[in-house]
Amino acid sequence: MKAVLPDDLREIFSKAGYSGSWHKYLKVGDWLVLFLSCALVVLSYTLLWRGGVADRAIVKRDGQTIIEISLNSASKTRVVGPLGTTVIEVQPGRVRVFSDPGPRQYCVQQGWLTRAGAVAICAPNHITLELNGRGEASYDSLGY
Amino acid sequence: MTPSVIELPVTEDDRRIARYTAAAIALTVAEAALPSPLPGIKPGLANIIVLVVLLRYGWRDAAWVSLLRVVAGSLVIGQLFAPGFFLALAGAVSSLAALFLAAQLPRRWFGAVTISLLAAFAHIGGQLVLARLWLVPHDGVFYLAPLFATAALIFGTINGLIAAHLIMQVETI
Repeated sequence: MKAVLPDDLREIFSKAGYSGSWHKYLKVGDWLVLFLSCALVVLSYTLLWRGGVADRAIVKRDGQTIIEISLNSASKTRVVGPLGTTVIEVQPGRVRVFSDPGPRQYCVQQGWLTRAGAVAICAPNHITLELNGRGEASYDSLGY
Repeated sequence: MTPSVIELPVTEDDRRIARYTAAAIALTVAEAALPSPLPGIKPGLANIIVLVVLLRYGWRDAAWVSLLRVVAGSLVIGQLFAPGFFLALAGAVSSLAALFLAAQLPRRWFGAVTISLLAAFAHIGGQLVLARLWLVPHDGVFYLAPLFATAALIFGTINGLIAAHLIMQVETI
């Protein structure tokens, strides 16, 4: 330790304890930058994590909405596409593609969707499942 | 034929940089032992050393310490040329760019905390860009950005305060 540390750091570490407040290390500009950084972080959450709580699932075939299912109660819905029947399973607050005739099963493997804006696409069978929520329209503005 | 001797002159600058780098490597190794809630979220304690060097000896020395720390630090913890090494390098390079700009700010108004915060945000920015381009070619990585930004805010502030504390101690010795 003694050979490695630069002289000034060694002296600091050998000094016992710390007294005083952290305030004295923050200059005016530091407060400003700190404040702006906090705002930036809050903004990053609101911009990137915007998807709110989902309240309904929308099933589309070839881009046309076929059925809208409420996420309030459990159900299973069958939707027929070019390859066969895709089964959509709803449980309170979440939805998944239960089964699909597509060859690669991507949309089934995606599992449960819970967030507004989440999408599962069963392309071979032309079926898409997406979640919709009140998230985006639930406020007019945000103030911090 | 007489054997030729190649002598590499070691300057006082070299010794000083080596000592600070050693301190930074020690912190890197100590930090590698800490558990992390999410890969990539680390306090970045070695950056305290880089900050101290920047404020006391200038950007050139800080760049040496930072880059040597990344290379030697990952050598020690067995990460050399692993993805983590390139992420650390991307973070170090982008935060050095931020340090260069931040060091131009008037010292009267802006202290170590400003410099530390700017470097911390540049650090995660550089890492996210590299991760997006190379490791996870999907916009999903940006989904994690708020978490990284929060970590940068917290650790950037704390590291800046510690660096300010160390420098004040040095200057009153």
